[in-house]
Amino acid sequence: MNAAVVVNGRSRPLGPVGGHVTLLEWLRAAGLTGTKEGCAEGECGACSVMVARDDGQGGTRWVAINSCLVPAAAFDQQEVVTAEGLGQPGDLHPVQREMARRGGSQCGYCTPGFICSMAAEYYRPGRAVSNGHSDPEHGPNGFDLHALSGNLCRCTGYRPIRDAAYALGPPGQADPLSARQTAPAPAAAPTSVASDQGRYVRPQNLAEALGLLAAEPDAQLVAGSTDWGVELNIRHRRAALSIGIDRLPELREFAVEPNHIDIGAALTLSEAETRLAGRVPLLDALFPQFASRLIRNGATFGGNLGTASPIGDTPPALLALNASLVLASEGAERVVPLAEYFTGYRQSVRQPGELIKTIRIPRPVAPLTGFHKIAKRRFDDISSVAIAYALRLDEDGTVAEARIGLGGIAATPLRALETEQVLTGRPWNRDTVTEAADVLGRAGTPLSDHRASSQYRTAMLRTSLLKFYAEHAEPEHEEVLV
Amino acid sequence: MSQGYGPLADRPHRPAVGLEVSHESADLHVTGQALYTQDLVGRTYGTLHAWPVAAPHAHARLVALSTEAADQVPGVVHVLTAADVPGLNDAGEKHDEPLFPTEVMYYGHAVAWVLGETLEAARQGAAAVTADYEPLPALVSVHDAIAAESFQGTPRTVSRGDAAAGMARAKYRFEGELEIGGQEHFYLETQAALAHVDENGQIFVQSSTQHPSETQDIVAHVLGLAAHGVTVQCLRMGGGFGGKEFQPHGLAAIAALGATLTGRPVSLRLNRNQDIQMTGKRHPFFATWEVGFDADLRLCALRATLTSNGGWSLDLSEPVLARALCHIDNAYWIPDIEVHGRVAKTNRASNTAFRGFGGPQGMIVIEDILGRCAPQLGVTPDDLRRRNFYAPGQATPYGQLVRHAERLEAIWSTLCERSDFAGRQAEVAAFNTAHPDTKRGLAITPIKFGISFNLTAFNQAGALVHVYKDGSVLINHGGTEMGQGLHTKMIQVAATALGVPMSLVRLAPTRTDKVPNTSATAASSGADINGGAVKNACEQIRERLAVVAAGQLGVNAADVRFTDGVVTGLGFHDKQLAWADLVHDAYFQRVQLWAAGFYRTEGLHWDSGRMQGEPFKYFAYGAAAAEVEVDGFTGAYRLRRADIVHDVGDSLSPLIDLGQIEGGFVQGVGWLTLEDLRWDESDGPHRGRLATQAASTYKIPSFSEMPPEFNVHLFERATESGVVYGSKAVGEPPLMEAFSAREAIRQAVGAFGPAGHSVDLACPSTPEAVYWAVEAARAASAAAPGAQPENQPATPPTAYAGV
Repeated sequence: MNAAVVVNGRSRPLGPVGGHVTLLEWLRAAGLTGTKEGCAEGECGACSVMVARDDGQGGTRWVAINSCLVPAAAFDQQEVVTAEGLGQPGDLHPVQREMARRGGSQCGYCTPGFICSMAAEYYRPGRAVSNGHSDPEHGPNGFDLHALSGNLCRCTGYRPIRDAAYALGPPGQADPLSARQTAPAPAAAPTSVASDQGRYVRPQNLAEALGLLAAEPDAQLVAGSTDWGVELNIRHRRAALSIGIDRLPELREFAVEPNHIDIGAALTLSEAETRLAGRVPLLDALFPQFASRLIRNGATFGGNLGTASPIGDTPPALLALNASLVLASEGAERVVPLAEYFTGYRQSVRQPGELIKTIRIPRPVAPLTGFHKIAKRRFDDISSVAIAYALRLDEDGTVAEARIGLGGIAATPLRALETEQVLTGRPWNRDTVTEAADVLGRAGTPLSDHRASSQYRTAMLRTSLLKFYAEHAEPEHEEVLV
Repeated sequence: MSQGYGPLADRPHRPAVGLEVSHESADLHVTGQALYTQDLVGRTYGTLHAWPVAAPHAHARLVALSTEAADQVPGVVHVLTAADVPGLNDAGEKHDEPLFPTEVMYYGHAVAWVLGETLEAARQGAAAVTADYEPLPALVSVHDAIAAESFQGTPRTVSRGDAAAGMARAKYRFEGELEIGGQEHFYLETQAALAHVDENGQIFVQSSTQHPSETQDIVAHVLGLAAHGVTVQCLRMGGGFGGKEFQPHGLAAIAALGATLTGRPVSLRLNRNQDIQMTGKRHPFFATWEVGFDADLRLCALRATLTSNGGWSLDLSEPVLARALCHIDNAYWIPDIEVHGRVAKTNRASNTAFRGFGGPQGMIVIEDILGRCAPQLGVTPDDLRRRNFYAPGQATPYGQLVRHAERLEAIWSTLCERSDFAGRQAEVAAFNTAHPDTKRGLAITPIKFGISFNLTAFNQAGALVHVYKDGSVLINHGGTEMGQGLHTKMIQVAATALGVPMSLVRLAPTRTDKVPNTSATAASSGADINGGAVKNACEQIRERLAVVAAGQLGVNAADVRFTDGVVTGLGFHDKQLAWADLVHDAYFQRVQLWAAGFYRTEGLHWDSGRMQGEPFKYFAYGAAAAEVEVDGFTGAYRLRRADIVHDVGDSLSPLIDLGQIEGGFVQGVGWLTLEDLRWDESDGPHRGRLATQAASTYKIPSFSEMPPEFNVHLFERATESGVVYGSKAVGEPPLMEAFSAREAIRQAVGAFGPAGHSVDLACPSTPEAVYWAVEAARAASAAAPGAQPENQPATPPTAYAGV
């Protein structure tokens, strides 16, 4: 089968693209200039498009992603919808109509991206089945404003965009994109395309992937490409071979076992959130703070851990959850506790030829949890400090178990072992917390950079525990304790 | 000029102006059909792409440049250097901005540009260019420049009365200083130009520019051509905010130079990181001040020095400084005043226009002063502000009568009522009593902003209006569309002036061969001046058509009325002519159906040496009340609610104006509380490099910064005489209503301290900055008599780089 992408219902040959041509570049070269580049690193969402994804239940879901980050070759046989495909002047899609008539566009450059992000949420099954509840982040029509957290607008101040989103009704019966969701998603196609700038290969299964990796250990593993896409666009890195692992069935398994939960390393964070279905409250606290919905629709636990970045947001949470990783190589698998995984700045025990297959979270999970992300902006920012808490109290209020994961304060994510010791076996009260907070404030070796001063990072470590205590000691928060 | 149609402000029966309509391109925006400069590349055969050779030094001498290796890179067509320039090697108007420098003046300064068949080839070519640099000492911050006495341009002073005597008369005196951060424009569409050589050597440049005429001038002088050899077109911009007033010119000149040398179209588009690193921003300012109040807490004197960080070249730094000096009074009568201003020269990208154009940096000084002094004077900040408002009859320090000063009080009281200011003050106080770790603040601040270019000559505009034989109308004008809705308003103005439905009016892209010698679309003046010109052109045509209609209707030409495409005589509604029929008949009577319109803003004069005169046609007024909540653990804050009452005169287009007010406010909140530019100020190899040069490190407001409750009210019965259809400019002023958010943060922080605690708040007031202010307030509480000792405050950081 010739490599091709179905764009707005029409199949277009992929052509000779290497692994470095992004979906955005490919779309624009094909004349679909409605999709824009605003930042080329997945921050602004001007490049947002909808793609058809497996909903995990035999159907399809339209999800919005940053087309600037992903290789075009990863979309062989996939379905993509851009703003041009949703409607035309004179025949606007409901999302386009609300945005146009409510002043949702000014300069218009970010608008096609907003349209795609908004349309994906418009089609979210169950969205419109709402009880009319609304809060600052949810409309009375069930619209979750976090769907737009990865889209930046410099003109409007967002109010008219929010109002457009909140005015959307349910999709009509005859809406073809709504109907499309009831049929299976396009299958992952084994792909091998090349240009003079490198190859992109999507293997059919894990064994094939590990074989490729064994043969070319320098190959770039690409799942959601939310980190690699930045390397491509901003640092201009190029790989001779990119291996697409995001659709490997072995990396997309999800299982709830009596003693642990296994999350496939290539499940997107959005998929993991859906499948976890509230079983791990700490991760539910994390997800909305992890980048944006656009990024979470591509990003994976495997990718966030694979880079071994000290400022990734999943490591502190997974450290607090005492997670382990299943690492696979050709003919072998091993389990490594996450606490032993990181060895240095962007370094880990993962060997050449090895990839992360599964994230394993022990059960039962600690009941008293919290995730504090210190950043300049509330939505979609990079942590200056991230602190994750997982505590278990005895019936008498003594701290039976405490795990605290930290990010942004050392060359690797780390556990706050001394603070955990101070807390463990002591009553969960202000005296204990104050003493432990001072210990926590001495953790790590925070640096000063453009995000925060070292003094602020240190102060945030200390006050974080005080805040966590305040959140979990006040009566209105007691339901979180059970 | 028009005759017989009443003053400029009068509206006819059933005007198209004032209707609530969407942006004229809204349907194109939402469907991805709206074209921006870069979208034209794929539609232009054989386009080459340009990539800069960026110097990795903030200040260095370019010793040698070798392009040999780059020429060998497959796909590289040419490397542009200074040797290629046939005309003047300068990207600006002041001859201080070499297009190809021999002295690197800021980190990332382009010393050459590589043209490639693909962007990838051009980039690889740029990496292959070898340049030898001799590093030189670099001045990065405004303080570096002050210490080295490195300034540029002419220092200016605005003064009135005797500030020393005023200070001596004061009962209460305070002094302080304020560092005001800059702001990256972060237009979503980065700088872009596409040039090709048209027929007979004419250069045609499509540019994302707010100032096509100046882009034309600079392309022409770089190429050694007369202005008539260059045409510049701007379809639309994906945002401008002032960042495309001066900065596009050199980039357009590079593209034009490449097109001239290769004979092929050349596209130059900065990617986001290049754009943030290479182009100028809102000027950071450093202000020192002393202020005096009398026994009634009325301002009696202000002495201040404002030093802006202009970067490596003058660009627009001098007029930005002038506007800052002319706005330090904001809404307040300050009888004796002396304010000095100067522009520091540093090794940074050249700072430039940004929405407000120095006005915000001037106004924040007095708002900061009032916010800091109120607790020490024992009054609420809103009381202190209100009692110092200009009264009717008073004049600004530069000698202009503050016309409509009574609107300050009217807007203020309207806002207090609409926002339930008093009731919510009590709620905030109750909340703060009940919550030791979280505090709220509610603040209200006014604005008064002068409208017109400070430089009188720029206050002129042209338009070209065609009526075709079928009755359809095509308008051109000199203004550019960057999302502000100027074209929408111009369609409404033309439809109103001609008395035709808006559907008959089409607007063509801005081009220098249609309307020459235009002013920048800037200073909020786009609708005022271009609207005046469009109206003038339309009225010329209408007058001619009225003569034709008068004959057919049997009435005097002065009694012909045009409404919604129907032409009648005054009082003779039984006889009607259809617009299209009248136009058709006029053509056959050989009546000219097109006209060039012109407008000059009357009554302006300005002595830039003495800094005295009447530079502004009028003032825009407004006020905002903002409520925030501050987390004492982290310094993080949330804007809970914002209410604005703003004076747009009689709105030309209410939905457009609402968008400008809301968008300006949130952009201002970004500048004041979130957006944080940080330079490497170390002595390491990357000294002078902007550390926040990416969307991942420079954060503009997202949904999380939008106030969940946001109410905007247009001030009523606000007709502005002498302005097109009674309207007022709206582009810039609302940005400064965001002061209310920063002052609300200040008040929330103050609630962590003892009564009378004066809060010194860094700007931008990021969560970290707010946290240190909270710590200082808590420390003051701990030190206050009778206070319980609290945890000792953490040490605030010593280096706070950014200005």
